[in-house]
Amino acid sequence: MLPPSSYLYMMGNFGLQILVIVISFLQSLGRITMAVAVDVSRFESITMAPPDPILGVSEAFRADTHEMKLNLGVGAYRTEELQPYVLGVVKKAENLMLERGEFKEYLPIEGLAAFNKATAELLLGADNPIIKQQRIATVQGLSGTGSLRLAAALIERYFTGAKVLISSPTWGNHKNIFNDARVPWSEYRYYDPKTVGLDFDGMISDIKAAPEGSFILLHGCAHNPTGIDPTPEQWEAIADVIQEKNHIPFFDVAYQGFASGSLDADASSVRLFAARGMELLVAQSYSKNLGLYAERIGAINVVCSSADAAARVKSQLKRIARPMYSNPPVHGARIVANVVGDPALFNEWKEEMELMAGRIKSVRQKLYDSICAKDKSGKDWSYILKQIGMFSFTGLNRAQSDNMTDKWHVYMTKDGRISLAGLSAAKCEYLADAIIDSFYNVS
Amino acid sequence: MSASSDHQDSVFSHVVQAPEDPILGVTVAYNKDPNPIKLNLGVGAYRTEEGKPLVLNVVRRAEQMLVNDQSRVKEYLPIIGLSDFNKSSAKLIFGADSTAIQENRVTTVQCLSGTGSLRVGAEFLARHYHEHTIYIPQPTWGNHPKIFNLAGLSVKPYRYYNPQTRGLDFQGLLEDLGAAPSGAIVLLHACAHNPTGVDPTLDQWEQIRQLMRSKGLLPFFDSAYQGFASGSLDADAQSVRMFVADGGECLAAQSYAKNMGLYGERVGALSIVCKTADVASRVESQLKMVIRPMYSNPPIHGASIVAVILKDRDLYNEWTVELKAMADRIISMRKQLFDALQAKGMAYKLLFTLVIHVCTPGDWSHIIKQIGMFTFTGLNTEQVAFMTREYHIYMTSDGRISMAGLNSRKVPHLADAIHAAVASIA
Repeated sequence: MLPPSSYLYMMGNFGLQILVIVISFLQSLGRITMAVAVDVSRFESITMAPPDPILGVSEAFRADTHEMKLNLGVGAYRTEELQPYVLGVVKKAENLMLERGEFKEYLPIEGLAAFNKATAELLLGADNPIIKQQRIATVQGLSGTGSLRLAAALIERYFTGAKVLISSPTWGNHKNIFNDARVPWSEYRYYDPKTVGLDFDGMISDIKAAPEGSFILLHGCAHNPTGIDPTPEQWEAIADVIQEKNHIPFFDVAYQGFASGSLDADASSVRLFAARGMELLVAQSYSKNLGLYAERIGAINVVCSSADAAARVKSQLKRIARPMYSNPPVHGARIVANVVGDPALFNEWKEEMELMAGRIKSVRQKLYDSICAKDKSGKDWSYILKQIGMFSFTGLNRAQSDNMTDKWHVYMTKDGRISLAGLSAAKCEYLADAIIDSFYNVS
Repeated sequence: MSASSDHQDSVFSHVVQAPEDPILGVTVAYNKDPNPIKLNLGVGAYRTEEGKPLVLNVVRRAEQMLVNDQSRVKEYLPIIGLSDFNKSSAKLIFGADSTAIQENRVTTVQCLSGTGSLRVGAEFLARHYHEHTIYIPQPTWGNHPKIFNLAGLSVKPYRYYNPQTRGLDFQGLLEDLGAAPSGAIVLLHACAHNPTGVDPTLDQWEQIRQLMRSKGLLPFFDSAYQGFASGSLDADAQSVRMFVADGGECLAAQSYAKNMGLYGERVGALSIVCKTADVASRVESQLKMVIRPMYSNPPIHGASIVAVILKDRDLYNEWTVELKAMADRIISMRKQLFDALQAKGMAYKLLFTLVIHVCTPGDWSHIIKQIGMFTFTGLNTEQVAFMTREYHIYMTSDGRISMAGLNSRKVPHLADAIHAAVASIA
C-alpha cells in the first residue's frame, strides 16, 4: 500500500493529465491559443440597474398604446398640439451658422468665450459691476447636470467634507450628482404637504442648523418638482441666515425666463444674493428656455470676492473638466452666443419665451378651473395657481400617482409631480377627472 | 448692503491657480505669439496644406441636410445617446459582419468623444470590475492617467517606447504585461499610438493578444485615429477586431474628432464587448448610472452628423475618400520632413551630437516609420524650448510634433529649427 499522499499525488497528476488533454483538444478546435478558455464573463455578477425614475417615464409612455395617454413626465416644453418645439430664433441661428461655414475646432476647456460672456450677463445683468470687476468665473458645462457636476467636483476637492444641503424634495438627479462626486449631502425642509406650500420656518431652521460653511442648493426660480418659490421677502431672510452661518449659496437656474416669462425677473433671487456681496455658485441651463435640451448647453458660474479668486477658480474648474470630456460641445454654445449676442434675435427670443411661459400659465389656470368645476367638496386647490414654472406638485401620493398612470394613462413621476409643459388646453378636463378620481378614490 | 466685498476674505482663498493643460496650453501660448512665422505643431488637429482647419465636405452636406429637415427636434437623447449612431459606430470599429454584434454581445453608448468614452468606461470598471489597476503604455497621451485616476483606477506603466531604436520595446512590453496581476486592465492604442506614432505589427498584436488572454488581462482600446493612420478604416481596426474575434471581452473608446474632423462637437462612443447578450444588457444599464449624474445624456448634433454619413452609402464612400486624402497628406509631410533633414546632413551631425544619448546611427527614418498624426522627434525639453523661443515652433515638451499641423511651405523652417536645436543643445 502506498501512503495516502502518493495516491493524492497520482490523482492530482491524473487530473492534470486530463486537463492537458482537454486544453489540447480545445486548442485544436482553434478556439483558443495558449489560453485556458474563460467562459464566464468578467461582468457576470453585475445586476440590472433600475430605469431612471424621470427619464424612464417617457419610455413607459412611448410603450403605451392607449389613445388618451398623456405624458406629464419629463420637463420638456410641448406646444398646444403636444409637439416638441424648436424656437424660431434657434432655427435662425443655426442657419446663420451654416451660412458662415464655421470650423469645428476644439473649444478651449472652459468653452466658447462669447457664450460664457453672454451667459454671465444674462444671469447677473449686462451692467452688473461684478462682471466689470471680473469677479465671475464662467465655464461652459454640459447643461445643468454637467455644470452641477463640475461644481460638485470643485466642492469635493477644495471644500472636502463640506456638505451640500438640498431641498426636500428636489430634482431626483441632484443626489446622484453629489453621490457620484463623493460630496456629502443632507436635506433641508422645503415642501409642506399640509399646505402644499413652502415650509419656510423648517427651511430657515435647517439651514441655520447646518455646519458652518455648508453649501445650500437653492432653485433660482420655478422649484423642481414643487413649483413653489420663496417670495422676495423670504429670499431676503434666506440670504440673511446663509450669511450668518457663512454658508455658500449654490443656485440651480434651469428655468430663467420660463417661470414668469421675464428673464430678469426670474434671475432676481440670484441677483439679490450677488448684490449683497456674497460669493456664490450658479449652475445654468439653456435646455428649457432656449429649447436646446439635446444640445447640452449650460454653464457653471462662480461669483467670487475678487478677480484673482475668480481666475484661480476658473483654472481649477478647467482641471476638472479636462479628464471628464476635455472640452465642451460647440454647437449649442454657438446658438446661444448668436441669439443672445444679436439684439434682434435676443428680442425675438424674449417674445418666444413669453409665449411659452404664457401657455403654461394658461393651462395651469385652465386645469385649476376644470378641477374646481368638477370637485364640489370645497377643497382648496388654489395651490396649483400659486405654483410657478413647468411643474405642478399635485399633492398626490405614490399610490395615487400610480392610479393616474394605471387607470388614466397619465404619465407622471411618483412624487406627484406633473409637467404642465406637456399639458394642452384640450386635455385639461380629462386630467382634472383623473386627479379628482385619484385623490378621492385611492389612498 | 455693500456691493463690493474687497475687504472680505474669499472662501476660495485657498484655491490655487492651476497650470495650463500641457497639450491644450501649447495652443494657448501659440495664439498669444504675434510673430508671423509661428507654427503650431501642438494639438493634434488636422490642417490643410494652406494651414487651415478643415471641415469635411460630407460633414457640411450632412449638416445642411439636418438643418433643412423641418421635422427635426432637439428633444433629449436617451441617456446612452442616438441609437443609429451607436449601432453604426459599433459596426465601424468591429466590422459590419462582426459576430459579437450579431449575437447582441456588444453594448455601445454615445459619449463625449474619446475622453468622455474613456472616462465613462473607467468609472464603470472602477465600480463593477474586480481589478482596479490599469496598465498604460510608456509614454501615452498626457490626459490618460488623469482620466483613470479621477475615475478611481490606479495607473501603472508598461514599457512601450524604446528611445534608442525610436521603435517599440516589444520585449519590455511582453515582460511588463506578463508580470501584471491576472485580470488587470490594459490600455491599448488601437492604431497610431499617441504620442510616439509607433504601432505593433500584426504579428506582435497577435502575441500581445495571446499573452493577455492567457493572463485574463482586460483590454481597453483607445481608438482615436481609425482611418487616419493608414488611410484604411478596416486596416486601422485590425488590432481591435483580432481581440473580438477570439470571443473574449474588451472595451473600446472611439472618437470621431479626427477622422471626421468633428473635434468641437465631441462625438464618440464606448463599446463593451461581453460574453453574452444578457451581460451586455446589464452592463448597459449600469453605464447609464454612470452617465446620468455626469451630464444626463449626450449632445445630439455631432452624433447626428455621424449617423447620417455612416448610414448613407454615397456619403460614407465620399468620407473614406476625404479621410484617405488627409492620411495621405500627413504621410507626404513625413516624407518631406525626412527628406529635408537628410538634405541638411543631419545624419552626420546627429551621429556626433546624439551619440551620448542614443546608439543608433543618426538617422531620421523614424519620422517615416511612425504612423498617424504625431511624430516623436526624440528632441528633449531643452531643445523643444529652444525651438519655441528662437523659431516660434509650438509643440509639446516631450518632443511630439503634430504632422497634421505641417505644410510644405513650413517644412524648411521646421527642418532649420530642428537642425539648430540639435546643434546648439546636447
